[in-house]
Amino acid sequence: MIIIKRHRYLIARRVVQIGFLVIFAGSNYAGWSILKGNYSSGTVLDAIPLSDPYAVLQILFSGFLAGNDLLFGALIILIIYGFFFGRGFCSWICPLNIISDSAIAVSKRLKIEPSFKMSVKTRYVIMLLGLVLSALLGVSAFEIVSPVAILHRGVIFGIGFGWTIILALFLFDVALVKNGWCGHLCPLGAFYSLISSYALLNVKHDSDNCTNCNRCFGVCHEPQVLDIIGKQSGVIKSGECTNCARCIEVCDDDALKFSITNRLLKKN
Amino acid sequence: MSSRRDALRKIFNSAMIAGSGGLVWGTVASSAAKSPLALRPPGALVDDKFVQACIKCGKCVVACPYDTLMLAEVTEDKCLGTPFFEPRKIPCYLCTNYPCIKACPSGALLIDNIQQESEPANIENARMGLAVVHKESCIAFSGIQCDVCYRACPLMGKAIVLVKEKNEFTGKHANLKPVVNSDYCTGCGICEKVCIVEKAAIFILPVDLVTGKTGDHYVNSWEKNDEKRIENRETLQRSTDEDVESAIEYLNSDNELFEE
Ligand code: SF4
Ligand code: SF4
Ligand code: SF4
Ligand code: SF4
Repeated sequence: MIIIKRHRYLIARRVVQIGFLVIFAGSNYAGWSILKGNYSSGTVLDAIPLSDPYAVLQILFSGFLAGNDLLFGALIILIIYGFFFGRGFCSWICPLNIISDSAIAVSKRLKIEPSFKMSVKTRYVIMLLGLVLSALLGVSAFEIVSPVAILHRGVIFGIGFGWTIILALFLFDVALVKNGWCGHLCPLGAFYSLISSYALLNVKHDSDNCTNCNRCFGVCHEPQVLDIIGKQSGVIKSGECTNCARCIEVCDDDALKFSITNRLLKKN
Repeated sequence: MSSRRDALRKIFNSAMIAGSGGLVWGTVASSAAKSPLALRPPGALVDDKFVQACIKCGKCVVACPYDTLMLAEVTEDKCLGTPFFEPRKIPCYLCTNYPCIKACPSGALLIDNIQQESEPANIENARMGLAVVHKESCIAFSGIQCDVCYRACPLMGKAIVLVKEKNEFTGKHANLKPVVNSDYCTGCGICEKVCIVEKAAIFILPVDLVTGKTGDHYVNSWEKNDEKRIENRETLQRSTDEDVESAIEYLNSDNELFEE
């Protein structure tokens, strides 16, 4: 019971992540029409389009005016994450997150210290590079090599040798850079970080309750976002926070919880 | 002073890393975008445009009732994630309501592409590829009556016609040779699927790979409106910057003839 409570958000996240994969795969293998397509673009109940805004942006940069369904779908996703769930895609939806989380768990278990250091800002450069290259090459530069897409497409439509790429990323994360892909390289994560700085759903810190045990720093995969811990009450402002709630689960002093805060209209 | 130098060095380093990474990425991406042999679903834009437009969502794959379409995987030379089909496995059965095209959100598959002028869209206007007959392995060319591809073709008698030819070996029989007409062939690949020889003797290749172009210099005068083609030919437009006058001068001058 305690274990379940300790990991309530982790369990919820995995249920959501795997649930979406099953629903998508069901559209291909069993003909369900709850959600058709994949994470690049899907259709809810044969009616509402959804699409990956970064992928659509690349298509636009490549010089093709994407179809209305894609544009509209991208807008819906932008609203869902930008206004409501922040960078929730990364920890609640993206299937690659399961791989990168397990890489961290494995290196912890094997006591491997991934020692290669890299700036967490690298991903923003890659994100911009993805757009510039799309414009230069006339083709969506990241989508054409994206391991995120290789994985979700692989689960839904068959992966072939794509698993080698996923394995390579896993080993990279285990041995070279902690949270290397999701926290340093992934341009999609970077994109969601940029659009979600003012989302409603946030982790809120109460520094009066905080005992400075620093356990949240130990579990957070983006610890740079926890700059206010123990110093000042308020919400975690950075869009790089994935709303994974690991910090909430680990905090025994009731100093961290989810909150709905409208920071667009209100200061702080 | 030295901290400023450090900062500059850091910026320089990052720029170098971004530059070299970008070059590698760009090279990989542009070679990954090439897919000269892929057969695309009906209504697809021509290949470069198709690869540019497709968001790789697989909705066309899901929509196809015959499981014709697949998404390209990493080791295939068909541009990762884009849909294609292999007719010998499962051809396109030319659904009259083209669910694949309707499902496409990106504009990579377009109803316009199977529409001719004011007529309603018709799947028979699809041009996914073009059937090619290898006559040395087609048994009809060696006198055996087959016509399986001819009968299976959804555009029987138009896309494939049987051409009669005297069988010189027996002197009494006819060879009934399947011949493809590119004006009608949709590239659906049903013929390739049903061909009875070990490795299909009729098969689909991308249209561009197996078609030529006559150009504007030749006009079929017996074909109605064929000369309309040359009205906006490129050579006419180019003639403005050609030195016509000096050419006429040269042809008319007879100076050389009278030179001693
Ligand atoms: S701050 Fe908390 S919710 Fe945000 S990424 Fe870190 S652990 Fe997850
Ligand atoms: S026309 Fe029908 S059979 Fe052909 S690819 Fe589209 S959905 Fe499949
Ligand atoms: S439905 Fe359109 S965008 Fe999606 S994979 Fe098929 S061709 Fe590409
Ligand atoms: S591909 Fe074959 S079966 Fe299909 S239209 Fe062309 S000749 Fe007929």
